[in-house]
Amino acid sequence: MPKMTLTEKILCRKSGRAEVRPGENVWVNVDVLMTHDVCGPGTIGVFRREFGKEARVWDPNRVVLIPDHYIFTTDSLANRNVDILREFAKEQGIRYFYDVIDDSEGRWRYKAEKGPFKRQYGSRYAGVCHSALPEHGHTRPGEVLLGTDSHTCTAGAFNEFATGIGNTDAGFVLGTGRILLRIPPTLRFLLDGELPSGVMAKDVILHIIGMIGFDGATYKAMEYGGEGVGGLTMDDRMTIANMAIEAGGKNGIFPCDEATVAFVRERTEAEGTVSEFEPVEQDLGAPVEAEYRIDLSELEPLVALHPNPGNRRKAREVTDIKIDRAYIGSCTGGKTSDFLAFARIVKGKEVKVPTFGVPATPRVVEELQRAQLGEKTVWEILEESGVRMTENASCAACLGGPEDSFGRLNSPMTCISATNRNFPGRMGHRDSRVILASPATVAASALAGHIADPRD
Amino acid sequence: MKRTHRIKGPAFVVGDNIDTDQIIPAKYLNLVPTIPKEYEELGRYALAGLPGEECFVPEGADKTPYSVIVAGKNFGCGSSREHAPIALGAAGCSVVVARSFARIFYRNCIATGEIIPVEPSGELPRIQTGDEVTIDLDENKMIYEKDGTIVSLMPLGEALPVLDAGGIFNYARQHGFLG
Ligand code: SF4
Repeated sequence: MPKMTLTEKILCRKSGRAEVRPGENVWVNVDVLMTHDVCGPGTIGVFRREFGKEARVWDPNRVVLIPDHYIFTTDSLANRNVDILREFAKEQGIRYFYDVIDDSEGRWRYKAEKGPFKRQYGSRYAGVCHSALPEHGHTRPGEVLLGTDSHTCTAGAFNEFATGIGNTDAGFVLGTGRILLRIPPTLRFLLDGELPSGVMAKDVILHIIGMIGFDGATYKAMEYGGEGVGGLTMDDRMTIANMAIEAGGKNGIFPCDEATVAFVRERTEAEGTVSEFEPVEQDLGAPVEAEYRIDLSELEPLVALHPNPGNRRKAREVTDIKIDRAYIGSCTGGKTSDFLAFARIVKGKEVKVPTFGVPATPRVVEELQRAQLGEKTVWEILEESGVRMTENASCAACLGGPEDSFGRLNSPMTCISATNRNFPGRMGHRDSRVILASPATVAASALAGHIADPRD
Repeated sequence: MKRTHRIKGPAFVVGDNIDTDQIIPAKYLNLVPTIPKEYEELGRYALAGLPGEECFVPEGADKTPYSVIVAGKNFGCGSSREHAPIALGAAGCSVVVARSFARIFYRNCIATGEIIPVEPSGELPRIQTGDEVTIDLDENKMIYEKDGTIVSLMPLGEALPVLDAGGIFNYARQHGFLG
């Protein structure tokens, strides 16, 4: 067996080849296809147009439908798009459809009069897809996961090949279960040491994107390895894999260790999804295009300034930049651990700028409302410090969205955010600015009213 | 349908790192590209997220007067939304010449057959919005009509037959990959 990278090993296995090399095009069998309310209806449209009205999806148990983007909005087309997913799920017998409402005959309508804070979803709703997939037992080592969303690469944290595709490719996969993929060359990142206090996984990936450039991994796989990986939680690995696309990468991927296996076992068994899997083992001798070493213990809190994720600065060096708003949420920064880091910093203090908190999933909401930090729950601590916390877990203002999206930047302003993208207009108004940072740095900045280092 | 390999028209010029939010702002993602009326509407908002005054699709119009976009590096970075190449195609644009492309956007151009994505192999001349250019896919060149400058383009390689077929479905059918 030739020496291969993690990505090559998976694509080799799933294409039935003995060996694959970067640059080759191979037909790959897909394990899971995910789509959501923004790209799902178009994907379904492509599927019906190309395979006919009577067509059946290749495997109804491998298609996962997660409405999460434009949910808590009165936009009637957006509400309709959730209904399109529901009809398709029913027609095709798709088991893993995480509907917003419980009534399978119903129609989704958001009720603005109830206000944005109290939950308006039913018992099946799952929240932001990339956080929901692992929570609901759909990520497994050694598999191929495709999604109609560029941050599908998040699942690389679980030792699988995961990448984003468009509607047409997804329509093809819906009908055939296969896709033609080019084997990407690999960039390897060897992590040593441990993260110092105040420095988070988000800082690791902002450091890497700043180092290689935000198109530095275009068409490439970003593979992580080294002793430092063991010290990263699954949440940390998800944050790092999530932003592979912000370096232009095709995927990000981690080796499988005990933490991976424990997480996947627990989730797949609890959810009753497929619980068998075959990890791929890392071979550090496999040839790669470039290799980088990063000492985690030397990293510092960073920000990426407007207008791109590669615009890296040390937080301490740009404390003169004032902010109008702070935001914590999304598939990058909306996990329980992200809100905990945020709460530790704002506890007993008050934010100086309007601050919006959007948990990634309903489960994060539950955990924050239950977990205590001293006398109070994390949720109470956040609310008492002035954070506007909504129970309506979704993508919300991370990608702007309809104008009534919670936290959306509806006028030119500067927002520091725990999300992943800061291209012009990303969170709303065309002339607004987004500064990316870790939840800890967002918290410290929200208290200060300008960019601040959470260690100060 | 055989795609024409020679496209002539006025160019719309943009800089580096034009991301998918600038190509089609997220608030229009409620439109579903496979619904014909919504497809047309997407065209109206093509490049509506571009800061500044210049309009790719003039206000009140359905289509763009520009059949070619000339861009810097990393065109189409950001999200996987297929609405991006579709909006450009629906607006009536057929080619994007960029110093480089982001991966998913490039793939979506070819999968849908909406946009021909080409990269120059040398420096681009100083083109301004409105200048006439000709793209020749058989000879892999771009001609700047003002002074006749010729820029070579990197061959489309395996992507050209897919574009010629009109996207991956037609291509796959022609080659027996689909029953
Ligand atoms: S939270 Fe933001 S980045 Fe993540 S899937 Fe939603 S819109 Fe995309």
